[in-house]
Amino acid sequence: MRNAFAETVFELACSDDKIAAIVADISPAGAMNEFRSRFPSRFVNTGVAEQIMIGMAAGMAMEGMKPFAYTIATFALYRPFEFIRDDICYQQLPVTVVGMGAGLGYPTLGATHQAIEDVSVALSIAGLSVLAPCDPYETRELTKICASGSLGPTYMRIGKAGEPELSEKGSESDVVVGRFRRIRRGKDIAIVGYGPSVKVCLEVADALRDQASLTASVYSAHTINPIQESFLEELFGIYDRIVCVEEMIQHGGLADVLRRWRDRADKPVEIIAYGLRKEFLHVYGSQADLAEAHGLTSRRISADLLVTLS
Amino acid sequence: MVVPNAEERGTDIRRCLRYREKILELSQSVGALHIAPAFSCLEMIDVVYNHVFDMSDESADRFILSKGHGAIALYTVLADLGVIAEDEYQDYCKPEGILGAHPDRGVPGIIASTGSLGHGLGLAVGVANAKKIMGLPGRVVVLVSDGELQEGSTWEGIMMAANLGLSNLTVLVDANDFGGMDRMSEHHRAFYPIDDKFSAFGWMVSVVDGHNHDSIKGQLIKTEPGKPSAIVCQTVKGRGVPYMENNPIWHYRSPNEEELAEALVALRGGSDA
Repeated sequence: MRNAFAETVFELACSDDKIAAIVADISPAGAMNEFRSRFPSRFVNTGVAEQIMIGMAAGMAMEGMKPFAYTIATFALYRPFEFIRDDICYQQLPVTVVGMGAGLGYPTLGATHQAIEDVSVALSIAGLSVLAPCDPYETRELTKICASGSLGPTYMRIGKAGEPELSEKGSESDVVVGRFRRIRRGKDIAIVGYGPSVKVCLEVADALRDQASLTASVYSAHTINPIQESFLEELFGIYDRIVCVEEMIQHGGLADVLRRWRDRADKPVEIIAYGLRKEFLHVYGSQADLAEAHGLTSRRISADLLVTLS
Repeated sequence: MVVPNAEERGTDIRRCLRYREKILELSQSVGALHIAPAFSCLEMIDVVYNHVFDMSDESADRFILSKGHGAIALYTVLADLGVIAEDEYQDYCKPEGILGAHPDRGVPGIIASTGSLGHGLGLAVGVANAKKIMGLPGRVVVLVSDGELQEGSTWEGIMMAANLGLSNLTVLVDANDFGGMDRMSEHHRAFYPIDDKFSAFGWMVSVVDGHNHDSIKGQLIKTEPGKPSAIVCQTVKGRGVPYMENNPIWHYRSPNEEELAEALVALRGGSDA
């Protein structure tokens, strides 16, 4: 996904001289390197200094530029939190903060590098759009939208490398901010995730089909904020049950957004949520190993759902 | 460089006396005004707007008040220039008005919302860098307090401004030697001298009397290719009102009626108006 992001930013920068990349000591591999050599003045590496990465991105936006501020998710969002809040959001400047390897994307590096509460933190700030593409395709589409400047202040969490494209035959192709993208169509239940958890959602849908003859729709919630009211009306009108799977702590994330909307709109829809434990686990291994330690695997979720739904 | 003649100097002094009187008068209608920190940076803001900046509608010059708690000094100068309407000025910190105790982007003449310290310099680096990238004219001046130089973020900005060679950027340091609590040269001794720290990062640096228009202006009109510039302005917190000078309680307090009368007498007696 980071390659899809970097390639897209580079392509857009070729035709739009207002686009800039401000990074904080992140390895400029692939297209980011090309961006740097082709547009040296529009590429700034602030070094290990995230507050100035955000502050100067905001200042550049004040003069009409559309900067992307990009580094590892924990350092992109947590270290300069107040700068994102005051410099970008309070002043409504079109800066896109891109957090790479969000969720459990750095499974051997410990909690310092694991942005397991990023969506909750980002959703707490007024006026910040929160995006979470699930695959390289959505990353490209959303990067284009961010580059237009129309979304205003934005936090986009992306993965690292090697994520598969998740679209199947029948998947919706349009990536529309404010709506979830339906990856698979079913009729019995909706399963919603974002980022790396969408792959888990598809596996859960497979298990429900094979083991309980239930067909599930699977949605990629690439936009967590803002979500269009009309889309939620549509979603809550179709399904009696919505399963929400997040590679993020179960506190202040998408499931809470959906529950709050359901309660306000008074919809008789059950929301069943899965996410990461709100704990620092001192566990190392693959991303799958850490997801297992958190209990966030398709095997565990489908086993639990089969009991809940029976 | 055009050195103002004696008559002009008098005009500068009279103008700043008028600004101080206006701020003291306004202090009677609101609870808290940050008078002392505004009085320490008043001449600096006055020079920026009344002597250095192009004030036409097409102006490309940009000013950021990083020490947002000096806002009333900025509003007073902007109101004098007609950028902020007088009735808005009188509605300072009132629900029907638009002016708060800290600058807010979108208010006429204000490009940056500040108040939390350590933000303005980073924003100014971004504005100056964008101008450099796009080949746009205009100066970027950011006014920081000496207290906010204790913020690490400020030093990230000082490092980057020098790395990027932003000669269109000038930092004015309001060196009044006081944070909210202490005289800093006593309690944060390792921090002094300030100018050496900027020099070490490759900035063009000067130290001036921050209440002397000629001195501030003399440095503010200088630039050096490839280098940002810092002007350490030595100032007195509460300048002009003896009982406020260097007294931390006037960081935030407003004078009562009797104190106001005493302040006005002191101000007028101390001027050549």
